[in-house]
Amino acid sequence: MLENYLPVVVFIFLGVAFGVGLTLIGWLLGPSKPNEEKNSQFECGFPAFEDSRMHFNVRYYLVAILFILFDLEVAFVFPWAVVQSGLGWFGFVVISVFLFLLVVGFIFEWKKGALEWE
Amino acid sequence: MTNNFSFEINSLLVALPEIFLLSSIVIVLIIDLFLTSKFRQATYYLTQLSLMVTGILSFNLIGHPETVIFSNSFILDNMASVFKVFITGSSMVAMVYTRHYLLQHSLYRGEYFVLVMLAVLGMMVMVSGYSMLTLYMGLEILSLSLYTLIAIARNRSIAVEAALKYFVLGAIASGLLLYGISMVYGISGSINISDISAFAHDPSINSRDTLILNFGLVFLVIGIAFKLGAVPFHMWVPDVYEGAPTSVTMFLSTVPKIAALAMLVRILVDGLGSMHDYWSDLFLALSLLSISVGSVVALMQTNIKRMLAYSTISHVGFIMLGFVTGVVSGYGAAIFYVLVYVLMSLAAFGVIIILNNKGYEADQISDYKGLSKNSPWFALVMLIVMLSMAGVPPFIGFYSKFSILQEVVSAGFITVAIIAVVFAVISAYYYLKIIKFMYFDESDKDETISAPMDIKLILSINGSLILVVGLFPDRLMNISMSLL
Repeated sequence: MLENYLPVVVFIFLGVAFGVGLTLIGWLLGPSKPNEEKNSQFECGFPAFEDSRMHFNVRYYLVAILFILFDLEVAFVFPWAVVQSGLGWFGFVVISVFLFLLVVGFIFEWKKGALEWE
Repeated sequence: MTNNFSFEINSLLVALPEIFLLSSIVIVLIIDLFLTSKFRQATYYLTQLSLMVTGILSFNLIGHPETVIFSNSFILDNMASVFKVFITGSSMVAMVYTRHYLLQHSLYRGEYFVLVMLAVLGMMVMVSGYSMLTLYMGLEILSLSLYTLIAIARNRSIAVEAALKYFVLGAIASGLLLYGISMVYGISGSINISDISAFAHDPSINSRDTLILNFGLVFLVIGIAFKLGAVPFHMWVPDVYEGAPTSVTMFLSTVPKIAALAMLVRILVDGLGSMHDYWSDLFLALSLLSISVGSVVALMQTNIKRMLAYSTISHVGFIMLGFVTGVVSGYGAAIFYVLVYVLMSLAAFGVIIILNNKGYEADQISDYKGLSKNSPWFALVMLIVMLSMAGVPPFIGFYSKFSILQEVVSAGFITVAIIAVVFAVISAYYYLKIIKFMYFDESDKDETISAPMDIKLILSINGSLILVVGLFPDRLMNISMSLL
């Protein structure tokens, strides 16, 4: 029973070895010329430290929600694409219905003006 | 790789009402987008048409032999079809009042009707669900639509508060339900109701398995009790009823109860029926607490929507009492009770909606002072509803309470029946208080209430049904008893 878990153990060791190894190589071989900018936290182009209760445009919120909706769709389409050849026409029809319902949502948000920035 | 998915056109015919409703939702949503404001009413009529056709399709499937499709996760039997007819029918009635309310409070939006249809679709999936996953999916379609419906009055802070409370508490309850499902799945190895039933009925089941199954069962009962609004999981009910726009309150206090009852029957009776000894104790505690808290706390309310919320809680207590008996006739009495409750509740909220004037909610009990002089007909309907809810013969509410108590007594729970009757008598006080306000107090405002013809007609039919079915309850009782 326990030998079934051998791949997991191998995977853990490989993962640890890979992570430690790469860091070690970088530390041993890389040049080290630190300055203030390089040592500060990376924050996607924003200043690293400011008040967390800052104002931001409410439109980001809408875009984020719509993005998640259509991003999650891939989570369903991807497994379908992997086994698609085994599913045949049945799988094709099912995924078409699913995508059609998403398109209806897309038409709705477009027509309602959720995609307009101004 | 072999093809495991057999695609049979027959299995689609079994799910025809759901497929039709989903297609209508898509069509109505798109049509509503392109309507000019002149044709805004079209959305309402299309919604009513879709619901009616869905109801007729479900009606035609009554008597269809029991069929399980979609890899054992969707069942069509008489209970499912009959419940679907009642769900679509009562949603249509609720929609008639809803349009009036929405127009008066300038909340009329096409999305409202689409969301209601989505909620109905969720309930139909719940009623037909034969695996834990299908039941849960239906429940979530229903709940997410209801959260949004409550928040549709987004300028009213009390409505937004109600929506948020309902959402947070509903999410916790869904989490508990899922946890229970995962425990049951973990020990039985299946999410199909029939497989779980076979596992639980197996006489060679060992005590460790029973213990874990019982552990999952507790969470399942909590999840269901929350959705029904039974004490001590009732905290959301009064706040949501009060905060939501009255048309939404009407919808969410009536139709989802049918679906929740169906889910209860599927999981606890069909699936874990052999565990009845374990869950009936939980139900006994839940129902006695609901009846007592619902009856006593309602006495103090000044807001009629809050009062009806507590009255719902006490009705839910009676419904759950039917499941304590552990006999099929007891379950049938509970189904009868829930159908009767929907009928009475629709009429009660109907009167409240009619008394709304432009932008003004008639939700204080004192608003009903002297109603019999201003509008005697509406007062009479309210009188019938209140007497029926209090359980006075010959109205239908008497028979629903009577049949539950009869089953409880014949199952040997005499003390329980006495306690229930005592609290039913206490609860009669607040129903009679409204009647006293309507008939024996002077009104402080002097205006006649007018309402469109369609509402008057529906309300009159609804009110007289409470009396007529009360005089001849056999037919509805036979239907309820035959479903299990």
